[in-house]
Amino acid sequence: MKTRALAVAGLALLLAGCGGGAQPAAPAPSVASSAAPSAATGSGTVTVLAAASLTEAFGNLEKRFEADHPGVDVKLNFAGSSDLAQQIVNGAPADVFAAASDATMKTVTDAGLAAGTPTIFATNVLQIATAPGNPKGIASFAVLAKPDLKVVVCAPQVPCGAATEKIEKATGVTLSPVSEEADVKSTLGKVSSGDADAGLVYVTDVQAAGTAVSGVNFPEANQATTNYPITVLKNAPQAQAAQQFIDVVTGTDGQQALKEAGFGPGK
Amino acid sequence: MTEGDTSGAVPVGGGSTGTVPDVGAVGGSAPNGRRRLTDRRSPAVALPRLLWIPAACAFALVALPVAGLLLRADWPRMPELLTSEAALDALRLSLITAAISTALCIVLGGPLAVVLARGRPPGLRFLRSVVLLPLVLPPVVGGLALLFLLGRTGLLGRQLDLWFGITIPFTTTAVVLAQTFVALPFLVVSVEGALRTAGGRYEAVAATLGAGPGYAFRHVTIPLVLPGLASGSVLAFARCLGEFGATTAFAGSLQGTTRTLPLLVYLQRETDVDGAVALSLLLVVVAVVVVGAGRSRVAEGLS
Repeated sequence: MKTRALAVAGLALLLAGCGGGAQPAAPAPSVASSAAPSAATGSGTVTVLAAASLTEAFGNLEKRFEADHPGVDVKLNFAGSSDLAQQIVNGAPADVFAAASDATMKTVTDAGLAAGTPTIFATNVLQIATAPGNPKGIASFAVLAKPDLKVVVCAPQVPCGAATEKIEKATGVTLSPVSEEADVKSTLGKVSSGDADAGLVYVTDVQAAGTAVSGVNFPEANQATTNYPITVLKNAPQAQAAQQFIDVVTGTDGQQALKEAGFGPGK
Repeated sequence: MTEGDTSGAVPVGGGSTGTVPDVGAVGGSAPNGRRRLTDRRSPAVALPRLLWIPAACAFALVALPVAGLLLRADWPRMPELLTSEAALDALRLSLITAAISTALCIVLGGPLAVVLARGRPPGLRFLRSVVLLPLVLPPVVGGLALLFLLGRTGLLGRQLDLWFGITIPFTTTAVVLAQTFVALPFLVVSVEGALRTAGGRYEAVAATLGAGPGYAFRHVTIPLVLPGLASGSVLAFARCLGEFGATTAFAGSLQGTTRTLPLLVYLQRETDVDGAVALSLLLVVVAVVVVGAGRSRVAEGLS
């Protein structure tokens, strides 16, 4: 008897656990209704899903926003944009999505999960990352095609790789990389570890890496500017505070923080 | 030899055929050793009913996500997704590197297991915990560790580059090294476990009968350890097939050279989730075939 009761209790717990995970939408209405009176003062938790390259800039903005909006807690969740887009499409509860490419934002808008049209709040361009001090004297994009240079790029499936491919096409320079990495931080890592001579990464990544690498600008980079779109999500539990956060990102303070991190201005 | 000696030796081996990790024989309570082996599949033991609940949960935990993968798959597009050049290159590379890595695990890990089980090396506990480290370390950390040792600016890698002009990262060799690193403990643990279960008495008896260490090793230790070696190899091969983190950190990702199936799955899901699911299922099928084939051979007993 006792053991059977235990088993039933265990099963109930299991089911409860499953139920909790399967229906994140259930508690949302109650949160929204309880938040409604306080929404004017903007209180609650705003969940922001943002591309990993925004870590530094959004970290600064979070502090500023929370200082100006007491009672609002901004929860930042950084990851690769396409991972985040998949999470949103699969029902992850969140208020704001800031993507590192139009293509990843499109996944979310195509699924009808964005509230309104996304705004381009920043742009990013590629830069050549080299060992500190650029010992190989790499001065142009074309020189990366030299066979004695170990060059690492992003795979064409990810935004930085798509930008690389676009520049290759525009310039007629074909690179023979030793590796096509799955994300921009891995590409940078192969350069900062000293295993690759050069890598094509975003100018913001070079800046964030500090003294670990040197950055070489090249004019062709402007032919493949990457857009950073941001939007409030359709099922946002805190839609009003979410819009306030986006206003800060696109406002003077936000643009200044993004500029400091190396981003270009939004549109 | 007296009768007492032989009858005393039988239980040590777990049966007259010498199959060492004979779980069926250990669990069964039949008094006759021969019957135990033939009746292995009979459900002679009554289990406490309560055991079925966690057992079912455990099975569901493993099986349901894979079932989800099957349901999520885009079956009409499957042939097209699996026969792309990138997929075939990755499959070929995965099978070749996993096979080489498993062979390396056997050639290097087998002797290591024998030394750990029989050699009484100083600091045995410490040595064993070092050998088990790849099981505990996140594979990406393992890959970084390999990079710090064998990368172009690494401890050994710098000398290799200076003296021989050899660099290991971004080569298929790096993939094999990463796989061997993560898979080695599986082989060592299996073989060492088999040797410990068997005990050292057979070798001791062989020695009293005049066999030298080499002869005893070849004719007593190796046959004893074969089932453990086989199951360890299967585990190691499966681990090599699934290896992702150490490979991406140490070897990079380039089609035909370093991009194994797991790396292609990871990349593919960025743009084409259906393609990633199809490739994952291919990996599941290969793993199930390998583990299934290996397990059944072990169950039959290789001695």
